[in-house]
Amino acid sequence: SSHEHKLNFRKSKEECLSYIQDALLQQQWKRAAEFLTCYVESLEKDYSRELIGPSEMIWRIGTEILWHHSQSSMKEFNCFMEQMKTLGVKRYLKVCLEHVFHLLCNGQIDEAYQNLSLAESWRFGEQTAIQDKEMKLIEAYRGLLDYYSWSKQKNILLEHSEDGFSDLAVEQEMHSYFRKAAVNLKEIIKIPGVWDVFVKCYVDLLEFYGDHNEARQVLNEYAYNSKFPANPNAHVYLYQFLKRQGESKKSLISALKILHDIVPSHELMIDFNTMLQKSKKRKKRRLGLEVIFAALDYAGWKENAKAWSCLARQVKQIVISEKHLDWIKQEWNSRKDWWPAFHFSRYLAKRNWQENKSLSYEKALVAGILLGKDCKYFKYVSHRGCKTQLKRFRMLKKFVNRHNPVYLRISG
Amino acid sequence: RDFNERCAQCSEVNWGLTDGGRFYCRSCHNVTERTREVVNTDFITNSRVQTISKGLRKQEKNDGGCEWYICEGFQLVLKKQAEALEALGVCPQMKDEILCNFWRCYLQKSKQAYCKRPAGETVKALSVCESSTDVDSDPERPSLLHLLSLSESEGDLQTDCSFASSVTKVSESTSVYSGSVDGSLYLMKNQKEKLRMTMPMTLSFCYMALLWLREPITLSELLRFVVEGHIPYLNVFQHFPEKMKLCGLDLRIFCVESWPVYEEVFNKMHELAAFLELPRFPDITDSCFLHPDMLCMKYLMEANLPDELHNWTCRVVKKIGIGEVDFLTLMPGNKSTRKVKYDVLAAAVIVVVLKLLFLLDDHYEWLLSEFAEERNKNNTEGGPYFEFKKWYEVVKQSLDVEQKKLDEERAKYLWRCEKPLFYSVKNKSKVLKRRQMVVNLQNQFGKLSGSVRRAEKPNPSSFQLNWSERNTDGSCFHGHSLKGVLQEKCGLLTAMNPDYWLCTVKLCNEKLCGHLAHYREVEFPQSYHFVLGLFAFLLRIQPSYIHDEVCMVEHKLFNKKLYKKLKYNTVLRK
Repeated sequence: SSHEHKLNFRKSKEECLSYIQDALLQQQWKRAAEFLTCYVESLEKDYSRELIGPSEMIWRIGTEILWHHSQSSMKEFNCFMEQMKTLGVKRYLKVCLEHVFHLLCNGQIDEAYQNLSLAESWRFGEQTAIQDKEMKLIEAYRGLLDYYSWSKQKNILLEHSEDGFSDLAVEQEMHSYFRKAAVNLKEIIKIPGVWDVFVKCYVDLLEFYGDHNEARQVLNEYAYNSKFPANPNAHVYLYQFLKRQGESKKSLISALKILHDIVPSHELMIDFNTMLQKSKKRKKRRLGLEVIFAALDYAGWKENAKAWSCLARQVKQIVISEKHLDWIKQEWNSRKDWWPAFHFSRYLAKRNWQENKSLSYEKALVAGILLGKDCKYFKYVSHRGCKTQLKRFRMLKKFVNRHNPVYLRISG
Repeated sequence: RDFNERCAQCSEVNWGLTDGGRFYCRSCHNVTERTREVVNTDFITNSRVQTISKGLRKQEKNDGGCEWYICEGFQLVLKKQAEALEALGVCPQMKDEILCNFWRCYLQKSKQAYCKRPAGETVKALSVCESSTDVDSDPERPSLLHLLSLSESEGDLQTDCSFASSVTKVSESTSVYSGSVDGSLYLMKNQKEKLRMTMPMTLSFCYMALLWLREPITLSELLRFVVEGHIPYLNVFQHFPEKMKLCGLDLRIFCVESWPVYEEVFNKMHELAAFLELPRFPDITDSCFLHPDMLCMKYLMEANLPDELHNWTCRVVKKIGIGEVDFLTLMPGNKSTRKVKYDVLAAAVIVVVLKLLFLLDDHYEWLLSEFAEERNKNNTEGGPYFEFKKWYEVVKQSLDVEQKKLDEERAKYLWRCEKPLFYSVKNKSKVLKRRQMVVNLQNQFGKLSGSVRRAEKPNPSSFQLNWSERNTDGSCFHGHSLKGVLQEKCGLLTAMNPDYWLCTVKLCNEKLCGHLAHYREVEFPQSYHFVLGLFAFLLRIQPSYIHDEVCMVEHKLFNKKLYKKLKYNTVLRK
């Protein structure tokens, strides 16, 4: 029809949807409900050509409204979810899963568990195979809740053993939860994906029962298998595990290396740098310098005294040894244009001095070496520092003055 | 329809019709009492059109339904609409005489009733199709695909449930049929010459009857009443008696999923009038509601404009001759005269008058307004001078509020009704389940809506915007004076504004592109757009529609000057 302005069913519902959208964005739940009431009759039309049909719309929008609306109860919410489950068999497991999430958010662990068990037993012809992924997730979450129960039992057991009891029943229950959890958690982490919470729990279980080999294998897979999406946390977990196991520095360093590549601003970079600095290998020490400089490129680290102290220590050590000044020069090359304004402005000197003397001390050392004794930052801090008669500041001043030629060499 | 009973005398089935319209057995010449009845002319009491002998009608089918024809359905619809109009104050003559006569005439002319069935034409209901191959093999039967792809004025139902877009569904054994006897036949034929009946056309019928009686309802008002629910249109089939089962293809005919558009109903009405070979309609004189002078007065009031403008609209009307009886009265079939859209025309005249007095070029009207404001400060006696700025602010505010309400209404329309619709018995249970779910959800979220659901339709009113002179805040401009924009010249009051800009120098050929002009908001001043928008809101039509009419009025008004200019141009070229 040439009459584009003609109001028909489809257009009317499109407009309705945009009103709902506005209301949702402004958190006007009553208004959203008002328009949704008018929208629901879309269910009686077929939208098989659309990407997202009315049944999915209604599910999603209805969930939001019922979750936030002040007059809506959990009972109503659950009733609505049950209806939504019947609406689209292709979405059945997804709806179940989201329902479970909401129950968990509301602290209804038992109901969530029941729903998960129910969903696990669902079968519907070829749909069961098609929705295989969702099924795996459901099993995984049930495994997670089993872990949670295991954890509770474990705590009870520990309490009792402290008090001197030994509780066989609790122990047995604990083991049974372990078995149930382990089975499902193991399954899901085989599939490439981001499964931080599952991995953590599974490893926790394995460690408790002493199966460190399995744990190590799981974590290695999670971190290094290229099929899995790059995930900094995987490396963090591996590192933490290795640390707990008392592994060598070499393996710890290798675990953190990739983390540095992916997330140079990660908080573990301090640990990393500390390990690297102490290494006997030159390459490692070089890497350490690179790591700490890279971390301090990020605004979140500007006021991290520990990080500055790492850098200061390493810089000082290099200067004293008079070896490897070229390292500093290399690192400084790409930073000399913007670090002065970023870290060593006069304003920052004032502020750092007022707020955190240790921070200003460390920074002043670095500034003095990199920018020379005449730089704003160093001058301000050392001047103030010496005035306050703090010994270390006098030492600092002497040190920088003595090594001023270094600055000339690295800046040239 | 074929008479299939066995002859009482010879047990053959071989019937013919006597001159008197009775059936006789061709084998033994036994004449029966059964007659092929002409349509029952008692319009009011018996709303069923009976084109077959009563004895044939199978009263009871399995599901308690009976046989019915599409035109019977439409007849019911028209009846309901006429009753609604009567309730709105239209004279009963409309329902009892005019409309039913028109309808009868239509049935006769389109050979659906009141005549002998043309030879060879039998009504075959499209029965259950087993598979697509069956359908294809029958050359006489239209293929399902063809039926599905017929473009309708309401093409929406194509996308509906079992009529889904994919061809694969068609090849499954969906039983495509209709509750009515001739539903499929109705859709099948190329009825262009015979003017096939549609839902929007029912409104054309109504309008035609209203026009014949010169009732004070314009087409835009009629359509507005339809949308507001005062006249049955959407879901009118729920008033069909229980026995008339509606399913399958009937839905395509009777279930509308869009509001009819002015142009559609208007054009169809004229087609209809010509088709029915109606004579010249009763005269529209200057005492009629539909006369431009009257309608202008109404719209001026509604637009909150000074009454004094009415003098000007009358002058324009007189000057271009659109107040003449012959111009205004409808002569069906006369292709040379332009069809008059009374409401749009009146609105266009007002727009032209506003342009004459205020220029509306986004500069001059504000200047004049400032000027008037100044004078108003010292004005102690008589009515205040009309200030365009003040009027604009007041009207815009109200208009925005009303427009916003209207927009929300559009988004909140409920199209479905309680009566379930299904294409086939097969998906009946599915449909009912869905309906139940919809009702549940409506209840659930309705409770959370907070506001009281508007249970009642607003009372039908002729005026959408009301301005009361009793308001002391000065928001009513009816009594304001135009002295601020007029001057006296040679004893006549003329506009101070010496200029005028034409909406278009050349009119398009309506027959080619359907419009006289093509309106694009960005090409015209904001004030002009505002004024168009105001009347577009009041008449519930697109601004471009009014713009077309404005162009037409302007060209009539400045005809001589335009003609001279054209002539001058051609002279120059020589």
